[in-house]
Amino acid sequence: MKRVLLSCAFFVTLLLLWAACTGCFGGEALWSPFVLPPPPTVGHYLWDNTLNGAIPLSMLITLRRLLIGYAIGLALGVPLGMLTARFRFLHDTLGMTALGLQALPSVCWVPLACIWFGQTEAALLFVVIMGTLWSVLLSTENGMKSVPPIYARAARTMGSSPLHTLVFVTLPASAPFVLSGMKQGWAFAWRSLMAAEIYVSVVSGFGIGQHLHYGRELQRMYQVIGIMFIIILVGLLADKILFSPAERWLHRRWGTDKD
Amino acid sequence: MQETLHQEIHHYPTAKLSVEHVYKDFATSNGIVHALEDVSITISEGEFVCFVGPSGCGKSTLLNIIAGLDRPDSGVALIDGTPISGPGRDRMVMFQEHALFPWLDVIGNVMFGLKQKPNLTDKERLEVAKYYLYLVKMDRFAHANIHELSGGMRQRVALARSLAPNPKILLMDEPFSALDAMTREQLYGDIQDIWAKRRKTIVFVTHNVREAVCLGSRVVLFSPHPGRVREAFPVELPRPRNINDHDLADLSQRITSALKGYTAAESD
Repeated sequence: MKRVLLSCAFFVTLLLLWAACTGCFGGEALWSPFVLPPPPTVGHYLWDNTLNGAIPLSMLITLRRLLIGYAIGLALGVPLGMLTARFRFLHDTLGMTALGLQALPSVCWVPLACIWFGQTEAALLFVVIMGTLWSVLLSTENGMKSVPPIYARAARTMGSSPLHTLVFVTLPASAPFVLSGMKQGWAFAWRSLMAAEIYVSVVSGFGIGQHLHYGRELQRMYQVIGIMFIIILVGLLADKILFSPAERWLHRRWGTDKD
Repeated sequence: MQETLHQEIHHYPTAKLSVEHVYKDFATSNGIVHALEDVSITISEGEFVCFVGPSGCGKSTLLNIIAGLDRPDSGVALIDGTPISGPGRDRMVMFQEHALFPWLDVIGNVMFGLKQKPNLTDKERLEVAKYYLYLVKMDRFAHANIHELSGGMRQRVALARSLAPNPKILLMDEPFSALDAMTREQLYGDIQDIWAKRRKTIVFVTHNVREAVCLGSRVVLFSPHPGRVREAFPVELPRPRNINDHDLADLSQRITSALKGYTAAESD
């Protein structure tokens, strides 16, 4: 409780500081509102655009892209990671490719994606998949390799076939690694999508990133800042709603909680 | 359903094991290790045999060959006259480290092997699993997580897991070596009790001579470099045996001196 209060107090102080610097409590603003708009302006922008449906609609479009891209990234990354862990040939080829491409920020794919797919949903999805796939693949491989061999031996003696062992022993045994890979993959997917939406205007839907882009074009910094808040909020909520419960469950089962 | 369940639980399969002229080498960074050299043993139905010897004498290797996890370089291992070609449900292994699955709870672990067993409904499997948890006195912990259990409790669950598919042969690879003395003594009583109740053929590997004498109806002595069977001692002490018993200590003493003799002769 004390910790919650402390962290609340910290953020309220930051907000008040921002308000003071932008002249909300009288006195001269330190910077022009074009450079740093005061909090109420940002608040108004968010409030109005939520009520008139512009932000919720973009949110829907963006989340749809994110979920589809992320799902494809997972559906490819987990099985491929299992294969690269199992076969040395694939580790030396595909595994190496993954290692290299993981080092490449996925926004680097934007120019090629636009040429290959045009200004379409497919271009955005491609960038998201490139952001997700490699980190998920690598952490799945890493997880598979860290499973104690005794588990597979025990399963074999109980009559488990190689495929059954892979699905019901090796995969669950590597769950903590796979989950942290999924979490990292999600963070990469979200970053990639924002970068792609800022760069690429797609007629098929006006996403959150595109709001930010037009905020810049029209010199509306209150819009830019408002959208930045929304991007942070989505990231935080995904962590709390999607990953935290799964992590808590794993920690309880494995007995790895710190508290 | 009651009938299949009854049959499943009150059915006591057992088997004869024989190992004939088995050789097994391992390549290590220090050259070739002769883990087993011309090893032959016959174990009759329902016998409780303990393999004893210092590390490197090939006792665990032989257990793995019987389990079907390793193959001999030459020679054969037979179960009721049929050569062993791989792991099978007729032989279950209980390992040294607790090889329980941390992503499953206690009953989930016991169910793992049972799920591979055909001709049972899931409800029957659950009943069977509960019976074996009761047999190892762990029925109160059916839904506990593995990390919440003590070392002794974990090995009880591991025992239930390997008993549950009702194998003919139970293979135990130093199952109690990581436990404290008090817990171990309790388990000695329990395992003798279970052997009497379930009438399985048991092969028990240990480096602890007293443990072997306490449990086995026969103690087979191995010596290392190369791994060989040296001598077998029948143990005819009355059961249930107590590890602190005087006669038991005497026999252990005799076996230990025999073991020292072989090890000393080898180092000359």
